[in-house]
Amino acid sequence: MEDNKVIEVKGLTKMFGDFTAVSAITFDVKKGEIFGFLGANGAGKTTAMKMLIGISKPTAGEAKVAGFDVASEAEDIKKNIGYMSQKFALYDDLTVKENITFFGGIYGLTRARIKEKTNGLIEELGLQHHTDKLVGSLPLGWKQKIAFSVSLLHEPKIVFLDEPTGGVDPITRRQFWEMIYKSANKGTTIFVTTHYMDEAEYCDRVSIMVNGKIEALDTPKRLKEQFNAETMNDVFLKLARG
Amino acid sequence: MKRFRGFIIKEFYHIFRDKRSLFILFGMPIAQILLFGFAITNEINNVDIAVLDHSKDASSEEIINKISASSYFSIDQFIERESDIETVFKQGKVKAVLNFEKDFSKKIIKENKAYIQIITDATDPNTANTIYNYVTAILQNYQQSKNRNITTPYQITPQTRMVYNPELKSVFMFVPGVMTIILMLVSAMMTSISITREKELGTMEILLVSPLKPIQVIVGKVVPYIFLSVINAIVIVVLSIFIFKMPVEGSLFLLGLESVLFIITALALGILISTIATTQQTAMMISLMGLMLPVILLSGFIFPIASMPFILQIISNIVPAKWFIIIIKGIMLKGVGLQFIWKETLILFGMTVFFIGLSVKKYKIRLE
Repeated sequence: MEDNKVIEVKGLTKMFGDFTAVSAITFDVKKGEIFGFLGANGAGKTTAMKMLIGISKPTAGEAKVAGFDVASEAEDIKKNIGYMSQKFALYDDLTVKENITFFGGIYGLTRARIKEKTNGLIEELGLQHHTDKLVGSLPLGWKQKIAFSVSLLHEPKIVFLDEPTGGVDPITRRQFWEMIYKSANKGTTIFVTTHYMDEAEYCDRVSIMVNGKIEALDTPKRLKEQFNAETMNDVFLKLARG
Repeated sequence: MKRFRGFIIKEFYHIFRDKRSLFILFGMPIAQILLFGFAITNEINNVDIAVLDHSKDASSEEIINKISASSYFSIDQFIERESDIETVFKQGKVKAVLNFEKDFSKKIIKENKAYIQIITDATDPNTANTIYNYVTAILQNYQQSKNRNITTPYQITPQTRMVYNPELKSVFMFVPGVMTIILMLVSAMMTSISITREKELGTMEILLVSPLKPIQVIVGKVVPYIFLSVINAIVIVVLSIFIFKMPVEGSLFLLGLESVLFIITALALGILISTIATTQQTAMMISLMGLMLPVILLSGFIFPIASMPFILQIISNIVPAKWFIIIIKGIMLKGVGLQFIWKETLILFGMTVFFIGLSVKKYKIRLE
């Protein structure tokens, strides 16, 4: 079942001088899986993710994303992934439509395709009356949902989400996860970092990073059994306290 | 290419929707050129002077008439005593006093020599100096006309002639400088701010994760500013030709090419700044301190380089603006062609290549 793995990581390491930010992590992610990448702030999540999306070079080890090597084929990876960061990903001074057109454009979509996608997206999100509003004037929850949809515009094999629900109210978070499920059902692989432990329960599998190492990796259910915990939050606390 | 076009369109949205940057882009050049042209000037016009005439004879009267007839001076009052001199200066209106000695005409005829004392209010040294020069020029002129009439003892008087700017119009000096400042400001500061803005907002990361190459991102951010800077240069030249009657003796085409070269130099500096700065504020501070100050102080725009201390003269060589000012003064005022300014052009070109190389290198390091 080699073909089924869209992310393969072996001994991936990143050093900044003497400091080891990511220490020889190894894991696989299967096609269509929702993979939760957990860890406290400073545990090395973002650094690891940056190596996977091709904007940071690994110090040692190797990783393949969508079949391409992160160190030597970063450009090919970029065409096959979507990315949305915790820091906001759309332009506030552009309208919803202009944002979609712009991001569709830099991913090389044709004009007809962009139009088609725009209409679909606007209908799905119920934004009919807001297409010509500046993104900056919309509530944060809406922005995040639009940003997620925009990261899917070019139908990537894998979407990387870096704390996508930070600062969003519970209802919008719920809706956001429904969107995530929907695209996972269509076969898109979701790689998501979060520090909301209840969100970890929604993932197919979860890895927990502590001090640059992956200390646990399994389904939420089995992790709870393994650590004899009620919730993922307890699992996390037990791990973090060593 | 299509990706690239979308990128540039987006960049124009950013510029046209931000009132602040619009103001800097288009309000600033016009305001600066008018300000420098009208307000800050080395010329004197209708300066009030006082006259203390101890002789009150034909010659002194002739000179006084000549001075008051010029548009530079108007005679505010005649005073009678030496002690009045200080009084009129203290009142502040009068900027200079002409003091004719006793028996002025007689002395000219008998001794061939007579004295006028020019006392100027040097609280503003530049104006004082200019007044002195203008009065001296009028006196020389008078002397010459006198010597022509009497055939006997004619003396040789030194003659100064102002070339290229015979009326000493300071606006002609300021236009090249203001143009340099504006192009530097728009190109370097605005690009460095717009690049760091994407870094600050986190959108730069999104762009770097997209299939766009880093070089495309940078060029895409820079192209709109090349376009706007060229428009600015045109506005400045048109304003100076039509409002200040500034001559453009040389080729407009060459002027345009040289301006584009300087714009690219400034853009390269802007990119370099954006690789160092992480916030818009830092980018702005570095641009202002690191670029604007040298342009104003060390480029020869306001302070002549020749009269600077030796060490500053050397430092001025690494200020790109210095070379650009030499180039455009040459083209606009002297009407020279490329054969006279190829050296300066080459220096500017070399600097541009160096800055671009350096920023490309810096940019790569940042991505590691």
